[in-house]
Amino acid sequence: MKTDLRQVDWRSLWRGLIGRDSGGTSRIVPPTGFTAQLTLLTAGAMAFLAVFALALSFATGRLADRWSQSLAQTLTIRVSAPSDEIEAQTGTVMAILKQTPGIAEARMMPVDEVEQLLTPWFGPDVPVEALPIPRLIEVTESGDDFDAEGLSLRLAAEAPGAVLDDHTRWRQPLVSAANRLRMLGIVSLALIAAAGAAMMMLAAQSSLAANGQVIRVLRLIGARDVTIAQAFVRRFTRRAAAGALGGTLLGMLGIALLPGMDQAGGFLTGLSFQGWGWLWPLLIPIVAACVGFFATRWAALRMLRAVP
Amino acid sequence: MIEMQDLSFGYRGGGALLSNMTLSLPAGSFHFLTGPSGSGKTTFLRLCYADLLPSAGRLTAFGHDVSGLSRDGIAMLRRKIGVLHQDAQFLDHLPVAENIALPLTVAGQPVDMQALKDLLGWVSMSGHARAVPPALSGGERQRAALARAVIMSPDMVMADEPTGNLDWDMSMRLLQLLVELNRSGKTIMVATHDMDLIRAARQMDVQARVLRISGQRVQLAGADL
Repeated sequence: MKTDLRQVDWRSLWRGLIGRDSGGTSRIVPPTGFTAQLTLLTAGAMAFLAVFALALSFATGRLADRWSQSLAQTLTIRVSAPSDEIEAQTGTVMAILKQTPGIAEARMMPVDEVEQLLTPWFGPDVPVEALPIPRLIEVTESGDDFDAEGLSLRLAAEAPGAVLDDHTRWRQPLVSAANRLRMLGIVSLALIAAAGAAMMMLAAQSSLAANGQVIRVLRLIGARDVTIAQAFVRRFTRRAAAGALGGTLLGMLGIALLPGMDQAGGFLTGLSFQGWGWLWPLLIPIVAACVGFFATRWAALRMLRAVP
Repeated sequence: MIEMQDLSFGYRGGGALLSNMTLSLPAGSFHFLTGPSGSGKTTFLRLCYADLLPSAGRLTAFGHDVSGLSRDGIAMLRRKIGVLHQDAQFLDHLPVAENIALPLTVAGQPVDMQALKDLLGWVSMSGHARAVPPALSGGERQRAALARAVIMSPDMVMADEPTGNLDWDMSMRLLQLLVELNRSGKTIMVATHDMDLIRAARQMDVQARVLRISGQRVQLAGADL
């Protein structure tokens, strides 16, 4: 493998993709219609899937960032106490919040707003106003010097009915789930690349096996293994790039045609690229060409060296 | 040019086919290699162009011990030896002219179109330049194979039963071409069991020697032609 890498002529990869085959070396491999179409189709399908995996990675990344940012700066204090004490404890909490550093704003939610929040849970027939509803105070942090643990301890001491909820308990699993989805997208991309490489290797080996006479003739006239391999590699690299370009464009079209993000279904409809992010999928054909180049080259040289 | 020192060869799973051969093929020589079918003529030639490696002993080609050559080294050696087979094989999807130019293509050398035309004319194949190999007759295939074997201007040409599938007139035409090559300084080795072909060479005023493989060894068969 070390030898293979040392022998890699990086310019040949570029020439194989872009340059003209002035020597006609690639013509030594007979055109094979069915195999060619199969390779193109495989590369296209892999690229199509890769576009969606890439979009999934980006979308879940944005989701994790959004959830993390929007919830990280807020916390809620719930005050539950007997009706004759609740006003006093709420006042104490508000006073403590004013003295606490790192708090930008503390807003006590009006009772009717709290009742509106609870209505979906109890249904329209339950008289929510008759229930002992806790006071809710929405707190917005202003900076890093906020100490949630210290505030919680102070509230416990001075207002026993007050409970601090900094959203960590349910925010963390959501962010964690989003991050795992992003990782899943990246792993999917890696698996697609690996599966694509395996298919290119199989196709190259099958092509070499089917062209035994070509290889015998070429060896007889003094062709080096690397020259024979290059003829196959060039063809497969181009097929991988062309197929992947088609699959990528189709995938991008599919992503573009997805419904736009709205409030009702923010996650599923947010599976898209944004701004310069649309350039990322265009790397897929380049990566596919590189994968095709190295996979075919490795498979071809390995197979040629196995034959005396 | 080619030297064998106590060379032996046997195929895996079989006994020795050639044993303790010591031989020297000087530059510019013309040799016929004869012997009954299965005596090892083809094996002898394959050893010379390193398609097979000796089981024992030493074979030196153009100053290099073939057993020590890398795969690339063997490829380079074959560019110095043009090989002609009874069943001349080509890339059937390429026209004859491209097949003949193939050694230059794989060596990364430019094709001189005028030289290619001259070569096609020399083997009387000018009218078949654009034909594909499956459309050629046996004699045409052999002449195209000879043109391909010499386009790199090799120092040596080896032919393995080149006239096996040809009629007498075409065999003579091919022999004449090989003699012309020898007169231009090429070393020629022709493996054949056709004694008439060897006798015909007498008429062409060529300094050829006849080697015979018998009892796993190569012997000089009688006087020079």
